[in-house]
Amino acid sequence: MVDKTLELFDCGHRACGGCGAALAARLVTKAAGTDTIVVSSTGCMEVFSTPYPETAWKVPWIHSLFENAAAVASGIEASLKKQGRKEKVVIMAGDGATFDIGMICISGAFERGHDFTYICYDNEAYMNTGIQRSGATPYDASTTTSPAGKCSFGNKLPKKDMPQILAAHGAPYVATASIAYPADLMQKIEKAVNTKGPCYVQVHAPCCTGWGFEGDQTIAVAKLAIETGLWVNYEMVDGKVVKAKKVVRKPVEEYLKTQKRFRHLFKPKRQDAEIAAIQAMADRNAEKYGIDIKLRKE
Amino acid sequence: MMEITEGSHAVAEAVRLCRPQVISAYPITPQTHVVEALADMVANCQLDAEYITVENELSALSACIGASAAGSRTYSATTSQGLALMFEVCFNAAGMRLPIVMSIANRALGAPLSIWNDQQDSISLRDSGWLQFYAEDNQEATDLHYIAYRVAEDHSVLLPAFVCFDGFILSHTYEPIDMLSQEDIDRFLPEFTPYERLDAADPISFGMYATPDYYLEFRYEMDRALKESKAIIQNTGKEFARMFGRDYSAMVEGYRLEDADTAIVALGSICGTTKDSIDEMRDEGKKVGLLKIRVFRPFPTEDVAKALAHVKRVAVLDKNISLGAKGAVALEVKDALYSSGIPVKDYIIGLGGRDVRKKDIKAIVALVEKGQGDMFYGLRTEVL
Repeated sequence: MVDKTLELFDCGHRACGGCGAALAARLVTKAAGTDTIVVSSTGCMEVFSTPYPETAWKVPWIHSLFENAAAVASGIEASLKKQGRKEKVVIMAGDGATFDIGMICISGAFERGHDFTYICYDNEAYMNTGIQRSGATPYDASTTTSPAGKCSFGNKLPKKDMPQILAAHGAPYVATASIAYPADLMQKIEKAVNTKGPCYVQVHAPCCTGWGFEGDQTIAVAKLAIETGLWVNYEMVDGKVVKAKKVVRKPVEEYLKTQKRFRHLFKPKRQDAEIAAIQAMADRNAEKYGIDIKLRKE
Repeated sequence: MMEITEGSHAVAEAVRLCRPQVISAYPITPQTHVVEALADMVANCQLDAEYITVENELSALSACIGASAAGSRTYSATTSQGLALMFEVCFNAAGMRLPIVMSIANRALGAPLSIWNDQQDSISLRDSGWLQFYAEDNQEATDLHYIAYRVAEDHSVLLPAFVCFDGFILSHTYEPIDMLSQEDIDRFLPEFTPYERLDAADPISFGMYATPDYYLEFRYEMDRALKESKAIIQNTGKEFARMFGRDYSAMVEGYRLEDADTAIVALGSICGTTKDSIDEMRDEGKKVGLLKIRVFRPFPTEDVAKALAHVKRVAVLDKNISLGAKGAVALEVKDALYSSGIPVKDYIIGLGGRDVRKKDIKAIVALVEKGQGDMFYGLRTEVL
């Protein structure tokens, strides 16, 4: 059982007010518990949590490079095994470190079957370097390297399906979660760290600075992602989806409207075709994961 | 016990005796025989280690970082392109003060692709904070591994170390080697006791980020540790000599240098050829000697200056080139001799496996006597 009073990610770190990733770190460490070694990749979380000589981590923590967290974790796991130690190894890496630059290390480590949990805090762009697109950036989001302009609606590519890729590697447990549903998130982390083998949890962690919304709206925005079907919370065991959060879906524009990164879809004029394309993505998600709650007709 | 063994297998055996707990390896010519031999030892219960078959060299060294930080003695081996792929991991391992030992079977860097020997790979990592040992023969290649672990893990050093042995020339050559026993090495090399480790019972943070208020001091401390490691290297070498009779306490080693007018400076296997050609030149009445550099990082500046103080001229053999400048060894030697006025000439030789023979060494001595140097030696004439 998760001890909800446990605080292993301390206050005093330098994250923005309303940072989704900081909340993810707090919830993940609560769920993983004190017998945990955390490996971070380079990124916002690493920088805001460990400005020498201060650290927010009350569990052992290591950061090496941007792309190698999975390989560093492989070495830690091997060392613990050799020493007969039982600590759990948890990686906390951003989406750039996971979807893009860390892909080779992740693939190798998952193939080898190390006993660790890889958590991607997904804020859907390179936030630490100033909001550049990553393989996790959603379709039509405006970032500094996929800016919306007179002849562009922003990021032209859909989000890469990392959970599916890692399930295909034979990961025994793969899940998606959201900081808007902390009980569900912590339960999934607990499950992942107690499952033998390489597990993957992708946590939706809105970034108020990068996405363009007020810091007090983080949870509301994260909730809308789920409620519109643009983010689906699900679990995969041995490659099969076993559970997905059902919702009474709202139109995607309720989510898109909350964030400046999608502002060009509404101003100076409404881009119906683009919004419809995004709605179609949510519809495909709903069908694929069976998330729609059918309301009984009166 | 004397055995006739291939260099790579001798190195693997030396590594086994050091009892590494985590080995992380990716194959690359001419390093492969080392990691294959270690895999075989693990498969046959001759070595009780976790052996991670990683997907590339960047991960090989990254896994060593994790394992070392968690408290294990770690080992990897690579060369050339593999070492180049590890570039940022090398700086990182040193910055985190993790005493990883890695064998480098020295090889050229592409393009053009070359699998053959020179020392461009490890020399290019000279600024990374790793200790760099260079072996002349396979006896030295094996012995330097024991010494490298002892020095790297010393709590006043805590820096990783390369043990460099020339690809093919040493790695694939059979030589008689006096292999030490497990009891010998257990007496010489104590169990690894990490200075700090990742431990849930006593949480610390590794690899934090430093603002401009702190970064400079971290680099200073690494530089200081490297410089102070000279004394540790000497003492460790002396102890090794006391126990096993072979003396590696000096970071530089003279050969017929005491009364020499012309000194050749070199590192690695070329020192053997050079010694043979010096013997022949001595027979002809030429006063030539060799200064072999065994430790390139930390660079033994004072030792070099002292050893060469009496010579009239110096020829440096560089199996590397800092393109647009000079060979890296010559730059260091010039620095060491700066105030002496002794002329130092640089000869870029043997790149990409070009054979260097006794006649080439003699030709270089003839060139330096005429004051000609700072050149590539032995170029095909069509490029001139």
